[in-house]
Formats: sequence, C-alpha cells, structure tokens
Amino acid sequence: MSSEKITFCKGGGCTAKLGAQALNRVLSLLPKGEKDPALLVGFSSKDDAAVYKLTDEIAFVQTLDFFPPMVPDPYTFGQIAATNALSDIYAMGGTVKTALNIVCFPEKWDLNILGEILRGGSEKVIEAGATLAGGHSIADTDVKYGLSVTGIVHPDHIWQNNTGHPGDLLILTKALGVGILCTADRVGEAPKDGMEAAIRSMTTLNKNAAECCARYEIHACTDVTGFSFLGHLHEMMDGRLSARIWADQVPVLPGAQACADEFLLTAAAQRNRNHVGGFVRFEGIPFSMEEVLFDPQTSGGLLAAVRPDQAEQLLADLRRQGLPAAIVGEIVKKEETEIQVSMDHD
Amino acid sequence: MITKVDAIGDVCPIPVVKTKNAIKELNGAGTVETLVDNEIAVQNLTKMANQKGYGVKSEKLAEDQFRVTMEISADQTASAQAAPEEETEECLVTPAGRKKKTVVAVTASVMGTGNDELGAVLIKGFLYALTQMEELPSSILFYNGGATLTCEGSASIEDLKSLEAQGVEILTCGTCLNYYKLSEKLAVGGVTNMYEITERLTQADLVVRP
Repeated sequence: MSSEKITFCKGGGCTAKLGAQALNRVLSLLPKGEKDPALLVGFSSKDDAAVYKLTDEIAFVQTLDFFPPMVPDPYTFGQIAATNALSDIYAMGGTVKTALNIVCFPEKWDLNILGEILRGGSEKVIEAGATLAGGHSIADTDVKYGLSVTGIVHPDHIWQNNTGHPGDLLILTKALGVGILCTADRVGEAPKDGMEAAIRSMTTLNKNAAECCARYEIHACTDVTGFSFLGHLHEMMDGRLSARIWADQVPVLPGAQACADEFLLTAAAQRNRNHVGGFVRFEGIPFSMEEVLFDPQTSGGLLAAVRPDQAEQLLADLRRQGLPAAIVGEIVKKEETEIQVSMDHD
Repeated sequence: MITKVDAIGDVCPIPVVKTKNAIKELNGAGTVETLVDNEIAVQNLTKMANQKGYGVKSEKLAEDQFRVTMEISADQTASAQAAPEEETEECLVTPAGRKKKTVVAVTASVMGTGNDELGAVLIKGFLYALTQMEELPSSILFYNGGATLTCEGSASIEDLKSLEAQGVEILTCGTCLNYYKLSEKLAVGGVTNMYEITERLTQADLVVRP
C-alpha cells in the first residue's frame, strides 16, 4: 500500500523557502566577523554560493540547498533536489566536484523510500560529473533532502549575480511555472502534460546551459529559484540597474497560466509579490502571467546577462541543447521603475 | 445565504480551493466567509476576489486569525458553476441534474470485524484509496469510534486533508469527540451534530459504510 504518497508531498521545493523579507531582517542582524580577503563572494552580495580564493587560478565554490518534497514520487524528488542544489555552482560559472547528501527522514518510514530519494540524487551527481562523498542524516517528522556541493571556478571568471551592464540582454534557460503546477498537482488540478513538462524541467541539470554560457561574455548570472523570476532579477539589479522584460518572450510551462487563472497559487508567490512587487511595473500583462513571473521555481533555469551582440549566438547554442531558452529582456541604466514588464518590445 | 469556510491550518492554495468550492455551491447570490490563519492566505483570497470581481473585505480577528468575506452576485455564481465544461456535462448525466450524492459513514476506528490491528490497517488503506477515486463522495461522516480518525495521532490526516481539498466535506460527530475527550484534538474537517448527520444520511443517494 502506497499510503505514504500523500504524506510525502505537502508542497515543498522552493515554495518552502522563507520569504526574502523575513530573511533579510535576520541576516542583517548577524555579527560580522573580520573580513577575509580570500572570500570573493559571500553573504553580502546575496549570491547563490560562496566563493573562496585559494590561488590566482583556483577558487572553490560552496553551496547548500535542501527542501521538502514537491512531487509524490521519492526517486523524482531526489533527482529534483539534487539538480537544484547542483545548480548554484553552475550559476556561479563553476564546475562541480564533490557533493554531500543532507537528509531528514522519519524513523518509522519504509527505508526503501529513503533509498529511492538517494538513488535519484546520486544519479544526478554522477550526471554532473561530480562525486558523492558522504552525507548526514537526521530523524525528523518530515522528509527533506538536498546536497551540499563544492565546485571550483577561476577567480577571474566568476559570474556574480549583480554585475550586469546596461545594454546586456537577459537570457533565461528554462520555462517558468513549476511552482504553480506542483501546487495545482497537489490538489489534483494540474494538467498531465504540464506536470510532466515541469518534472522534465526540474530534473534537467543547468550543466549544459552553463557550458554554453561559458563560451560567451557573461556579465552576471543567477539561477531562478524560490524568489521567482522577478525576485532574482531584482537582486540582479542591485539598486543600480533597471531592466525591461518582454513578457511575450518569457518561456512558460504548458498549463501554468491556466492553473494561475484558477488561483492555484502558493503562499511563496504572494510573498515574492509583496517583496518585489513595488519595484515592478506591469504594462498590459494578464494576471496569470504576473503570477508566473512571481512563481517560486524549484530547480529553475539560469538567468544570464550577456553582451548584446553575442546573445543571438548563445541563444542558438542553448536551443541546440534542447533547452527552451529565450532572450527575455534587457538591462538598462537605472530608471525610476526598476523592472518594467511589457507585452512586447519594439 | 452565508457560507462559512474554515481554512485554519490550511496552506495555500487550499484556502482558495475551499472558497472556490463554497462559491460554486451558492445557489444564487451569497456571502462566503473564509477563516484563515495567515495574512498571505488573506492576500491570495483577495487577489482571487478582485480578479473575479467579487466584493471583498478582510479583518483580523485575533493573532493568527483572519476573516475574508466575499460578496457574490447571482450572475457571478452562475458563471462560477458553468465555467469548467466537463463538470457541466457530468451534471447532465444524473437525471435530477445534479451529481450523485455519496456519503461515507465511518463508524469505527477499524474496518471490518475480526482483528483490530488488521482493521486499523484496512481503514487507513480505505481512506487512502478514497483519495484516488475518480468520483469522490460528497461527505464523509465520522462517529463513535470513527471520530478518532480525524484527530491528532490518526494515520489518515493527510489523506483526509487531500479529500477535503478536493471538495469532500469531512464531518466528525461533536458528541463523540466530547465522549472520547478529543474535542481539542480534531485535526481535519468540521464538527457536526446528530441533526446534520441524519440529514446527510437520509438525503444521500448512496451510503457507504466501510
């Protein structure tokens, strides 16, 4: 009897993230130790991972990501959680090297479920070309799984999230809407093809996307996760840049907008709206598209700011990898409205 | 007519799903009052009301308790009912022009007589299997020993929450909760009385007793 299935998934993934507003308040109060000059990227930039310089050639990239299940199948959940955790290294321009499992699991549950989760995770680590080197497990009331990942990057070729230039074009490498679809699926209202597409998207490593990007001049990069497309874009703007987004260009998973029109919305999306809504001006954007842009993504794609004359070429490379990538907007000099979302561009 | 929806303890999108179901069931104009325990749920409900053009107001009743009141006009309920096409077709199948009303009466904490340990496994399996049925019951009534299944410590809470989220009414006998001293432990659905239980049972097209 698979009665664990329902309990297993209570609406997790990146929808389970704490809101950025709440988090910022706590983080800003933390004592700051003496600054280590070798720490190239840390807390202060709200980036995806920490980068620590060892030599002029090598810095290591460190990240940790874990969350509760967002899909009912343990194996798929393991794949998604690992894909998501590995993504932070790719978003920094790094290569993954080692990964450690981090897992919470109810003591009384069938260990085969745990086995399936770890199998899914392990397969993704191998696909990424990294080594699973250990882990840590805790008995807990609910399931949570993820990875702590270490990678390396050349100190001069780190992609930070807030170093874009005015004029850069913004490329998004995966379609949006996984948060809405997983939420709709939980109440049995997600269309089958939409949910399948969401799972395919969430289990696709950002490895190929990052490798494509590495051949071009990337000025800034992040992966789109719990804070939504607009939330991560807002961090990318860093108070000194603005962006224009062309909503008709933004790739969206099938069925996500229909589910948004049925108001199958997460709390996290509303928190995202509360956090960044004030920086965004929508011009003639349908409600469902607004929701997609605020939708928390689990294991989302890369959002890269690329030199404008290279964007078409990079896009063609990404498309050849089978990714639903698109040029979704541009960075401009700071304007009164930080992020302007319109239906098309001319 | 005022319909009350209790979505305390529910995470998004369940408060919205429950409220949508309540609006669908309004026959004509009406008011739906939804109780929720967090402000984000208030915002998501308000967003829905604004998109649908319902009148909406919300108030904070206590720390962690909010009431969202929606006013729905007659033509708006009509469109809420007619919206999904398949549902309309489904309605036409039954001669009375309404869905067949199946009521499940859970009268004990176990299923069948014989070994109670086995019976507990069976009832858990039964409630799980219900979540997977294409045609869901309209209500599930829990009384006497059945009342323990909707309370803390029951292995079926998540299944019942899932059913509730899909629009199934989950009701537990209040007298029984008192008798078993479980009134504070109810974890899913609402409390009911003998009048309502009798009404549900006598008005059902089919009563299922596992």
